[in-house]
Amino acid sequence: MPSAIRVEGLAKAYGPVRAVDGVSFEVPEGHVFAFLGPNGAGKTTTVEILEGLRNRSAGTVEVLGLDPWKDGAKLHQRIGVIPQEFRFFEKIHPREAIEYYARLFATPADPIAILKRVYLEEKADAKFDTLSGGQKQKLGLALSLVNDPKVLFLDEPTTGLDPQARRGIWEVIRSLKADGRTVFLTTHYLEEASLLADDVAIIHHGKIIARGPPETIVAAHGRPDRLRFEAGPEVARYLASHIPFAVTAENHHVEVELREKEDALKVLAALQESRLPWERFSVVRDTLEDVFVRLVGRMDDGVIKSEAA
Amino acid sequence: MKLFRVAADLPIVARQYTRNPIGLFFSLVFPIILIGLFGLIFSGSATTAVDLPTLLLDHSNSTTAFLDALNATGLVKLNFVGPMDPSQFGHYLFNAEDPVGLLIPQGFGASITAHSAVNLTVYTDPGNPSSSGLVEAAVNSAVTQLNFRAAHAMPIIGVDSLTVTSRSFAYIDYLIPGLIGFSILTSPMFSMVELVSTYRKEGFFRQLSLTPLTRAEWLTSRVVWYILLTFLSAAVMLLVGIFGFGAHVTLSLGMLPFLMVGPFLFVSLGMLAGSVSRSPESAAVIGNIITFPMMFLSGTFFPTTGFPPLLQEFAKVLPLYYVIDGLNSVMLFNSPTRALLDFAVVFVIALAIFLAAIVTFKWREE
Ligand SMILES: Nc1ncnc2c1ncn2[C@@H]1O[C@H](COP(=O)(O)OP(=O)(O)OP(=O)(O)O)[C@@H](O)[C@H]1O
Ligand SMILES: [Mg+2]
Repeated sequence: MPSAIRVEGLAKAYGPVRAVDGVSFEVPEGHVFAFLGPNGAGKTTTVEILEGLRNRSAGTVEVLGLDPWKDGAKLHQRIGVIPQEFRFFEKIHPREAIEYYARLFATPADPIAILKRVYLEEKADAKFDTLSGGQKQKLGLALSLVNDPKVLFLDEPTTGLDPQARRGIWEVIRSLKADGRTVFLTTHYLEEASLLADDVAIIHHGKIIARGPPETIVAAHGRPDRLRFEAGPEVARYLASHIPFAVTAENHHVEVELREKEDALKVLAALQESRLPWERFSVVRDTLEDVFVRLVGRMDDGVIKSEAA
Repeated sequence: MKLFRVAADLPIVARQYTRNPIGLFFSLVFPIILIGLFGLIFSGSATTAVDLPTLLLDHSNSTTAFLDALNATGLVKLNFVGPMDPSQFGHYLFNAEDPVGLLIPQGFGASITAHSAVNLTVYTDPGNPSSSGLVEAAVNSAVTQLNFRAAHAMPIIGVDSLTVTSRSFAYIDYLIPGLIGFSILTSPMFSMVELVSTYRKEGFFRQLSLTPLTRAEWLTSRVVWYILLTFLSAAVMLLVGIFGFGAHVTLSLGMLPFLMVGPFLFVSLGMLAGSVSRSPESAAVIGNIITFPMMFLSGTFFPTTGFPPLLQEFAKVLPLYYVIDGLNSVMLFNSPTRALLDFAVVFVIALAIFLAAIVTFKWREE
């Protein structure tokens, strides 16, 4: 599949600050790509370089085969963008905003159809400054769709929204993917990335520290699955001396690391032999969130220095 | 520059504007309040016609026509001095209290009839610019009128509008063009400077840079909007001035170029001021520094001819001076040549500032 976005050795420095520090990745056409990272990681800087809003210090960047900084005008015809904290003219209504964009892009667009797509049609004729945060974000999404873009850049489209509104936006992003569009998404929400993205990159201090489909990242950087149950410390002590797996106890919870799924049976057998009381077992698996917290935490502790992708 | 995009942007400008009562108040209501205020304070205080010593060395029909035209301006009161040698006239005036004068040379009428060039001599006094200005305006007006007649020009310029009622100018007559100029200046300056810096702060320009709209188109649609607004507010001011305060001004089409080039200039200047300043606060300061001197010293509330000489010179570096001088020339003094010159000055400045604003202004960062 051809690449919609190709980035090679991208860097951006603000004086001594290396906002983006040698980032490379490709996004195939039709994929949803999530850029994950804590505050100040370099997400917005990267996205805005891809959109042609900022120039880069080094590296090559291609979006739909164009250099965003040099061919901005041409590129903007074919991409859609929601900036972080999208804002629009206070006194303008969503319907008018879409008509405006349609005229600027010289493209026929049905404002109501587009507003329906983002579940905003009931606010078609309300002033922008009367919309809620989620409704504003939805208008941003609607505007980014006016020119029927092949690639969409969504910079934290759901930050600050309630779970309901967030799900609404996810719905739209899924439908964009179903259309065959490429979506580049930045987010703080790991759940969002694992639910929506084909591919995730975790960026920290301007460097990509993990990269791949969400499950692959979890498999590569997560801890093994754990069997977890409610039991006292005496159970933990018993298990530690009777089975060869790592056991941890905390707050009346015991966790046993499993190297393969059959290990669970051994743990349960040992439990039964112990005749000690225990309750409510479950299997715990690392989420992207756990991986993220560990990776970013370890990197801040200076453990990961050379693991950058 | 694509006009369809300017046309797409215009309704957005209009809606943002009309949905914001403060902006409308400043462009439409505020000037009327000013007319009312100043009109009431100064009503009745008419400027008296200037006493003009005139050495008349020619007696012909053309001379009579010229003197009639001069009288008709109402700006000067002719005071014929006894026959003397032209070379002595300057000396005579030097000793007079108000050293302005007019010399109509021998053969003036004959030259006109023969269609050959002839010069009048106007004596003015730099120390007394107010009466000098009036004398020049009156003579220019009469000369223009006669020139048209001599050239058998068709009345496209409006020969009937050249006939000014025989009276002196009232303060309100100066006030109308002055306040039209005032609103041409203030309405775009105050809002553009603020608008540009908030737009930048809010990221609206980055947002727009992702659409095909260009900076020149964006600025043009605002210029067009302020021209429309200026037409509207000028019409309102004229109505209030003429019917409310009995102002006597000539409603000539010659006003239109100034009502267009003025907003062109100040919308661009507002954009330039807004784009060179980093924050909305400093933008407001820069805007005020540019706006305030012009607001008071360009002939808005009082004709500059009444200013001390130094301030008069200063007024001439203020672009608004030329807008108001041009409006005065067409609305009061009927001197199209002067208006044309004023227009040229404003147009050149406006074009330069428009281009500078577009060049200085960046929608995206490096
Ligand atoms: N215009 C700028 N001038 C100076 N430094 C900047 C500029 N823009 C970004 N930076 C710096 O670059 C780094 C990356 O910023 P960026 O906005 O890309 O982070 P982010 O990942 O989008 O963070 P967030 O999740 O908070 O939006 C930060 O340290 C920031 O301070
Ligand atoms: Mg950001």
